Parts: sequence; structure tokens; C-alpha cells
Amino acid sequence: MRENRNHAPETLERSLDSTLESVDSAEELALSVAQRAGFDEDDLMKIGMAVRESMVNAVVHGNRYSANKKVRLLVTHSPERFTIRIADEGDGFDAANIPDPLAPENLMRTSGRGIFLIRSFMDEFEMHHREPRGTEVTLVKYVVSK
Amino acid sequence: MSVKLNTRQVGDVSVVDVAGRITLGEGSSALRDMLREMTGKGSKKILLNLGEVSYIDSSGIGELVSGFTTVTNGGGQLKLLGLNKRVKDLLQITKLYTVFDVHEDEASAVRSFA
Repeated sequence: MRENRNHAPETLERSLDSTLESVDSAEELALSVAQRAGFDEDDLMKIGMAVRESMVNAVVHGNRYSANKKVRLLVTHSPERFTIRIADEGDGFDAANIPDPLAPENLMRTSGRGIFLIRSFMDEFEMHHREPRGTEVTLVKYVVSK
Repeated sequence: MSVKLNTRQVGDVSVVDVAGRITLGEGSSALRDMLREMTGKGSKKILLNLGEVSYIDSSGIGELVSGFTTVTNGGGQLKLLGLNKRVKDLLQITKLYTVFDVHEDEASAVRSFA
């Protein structure tokens, strides 16, 4: 259901340490905005997990837990779109090199499902390199049906 | 709440009651350590009761796969019990639902071990 949504625009921005605690914090912060936006429980679960997986990528694979690198979280809520941007300061990686986790030969791999889950749970997903370094992902959930 | 693990024996089946969140960090490493300890002690029939698991991320899914592989390669069996809708949906999305032997009832799950 996509009823009773609060369409008041909202923006939240944080600079987070490269720690697993920041993964929890980012999930909680994004969900607090999503709840005010009126998403139902199912959508909240999907948004929360997409944020968590993106943050893990930024903290673990991007910044590699470096105390000298930050993760920037930006959450915006417009009448049409709920958008989350997560940017790290790492060396970047090519998502095209991640094996298809649904391919039979990859089913029993113990990792490599994060981006697949993000794509499954959000309406839009983009990833691009930042200058001079880092990766930024943009996650979008539509507030109203297309 | 992080993950809580409790083991009990039902006949020759080792049941692990898992509660809380299986996520990167403490949650997934605790499950990994528990399964390694059990296989190290010779447990061949392990039933993971996920009925009280509120949340699982891709790392947690990876630990389930890793545990399944570890137990199977050691000549044992690892089965799942009591998946809630979220966990079931995740395993279906990732095409792992048919990889695992999943049960809804503990008694029938215990009986299913050969």
C-alpha cells in the first residue's frame, strides 16, 4: 500500500566513520526518514536492507575500515522519490566484475549478493566513481507508483 | 539485539535455536563459530531453527551457505527450520530456497534426518 504518505520534503546528511557501527546508524537514520515518508513495513525492510548493504560496501570494500576515510550519507525525500546517496573515499571497484549470484556455478558462493539485493529492493540503483577518488551509489524508492 | 544462539539435542539431531539479527560482524561470526565448533565435535545432523531471526543480510546468507557447505563436506546434513516470511523471501530471491532442506515443523524436521 502507498497511502497516507507524508509528502513534506526532508533532507538528512551525515559524515560517518568507516565502522560497522556506522552501518547500523545509517540504516536507522534512513529508516527514520522513510517512516516519516509513510512507507509500509515491507518497503521499510527493503530500504533498510539496501542501505545496510550499500554501507557495508562503502565501509568494508571501499574505505576498508580506514579511520582516515569517511562515508557520506545523504537522504532526501521529495513528493515523488525517496533517495539515498552513500559515498565512500576508497579506490573504487567495477560492479560489472561481480559474478551473477544467481548463476548455478555461483549459488554456493559465500559473498557477492549485496548489490543484487540492493537492485532487487530499490526502484533505481546507480553507481559511479567520484573524483578524485571513491564510489557513490544512489538508491531510489518511488513514493508514488509509476 | 544481536544474535543469540542456543543448542539442544533432540535424539541424535543437534538443534540450534537462533534469535536476533544475523548480519555482518558479531551476528554472522557467532553463527560461523558455532557451526564450526559443532562439526569439529562430530555433529552430523544439525537443524538451524531460524524462527526467532528478525533480520538477515547478505553476510548472514553467506554464513548459511558456508555452514551448509562445511557440514555437507564433513559428511553431515544441515537443515533449516521455521523461516519467517522475510528470510524465506530472501532465500527465494537468491535462489537458495531449494538448496536448503527447509521445514516448518520441528518434529518432522528431526524425523527427516536419515
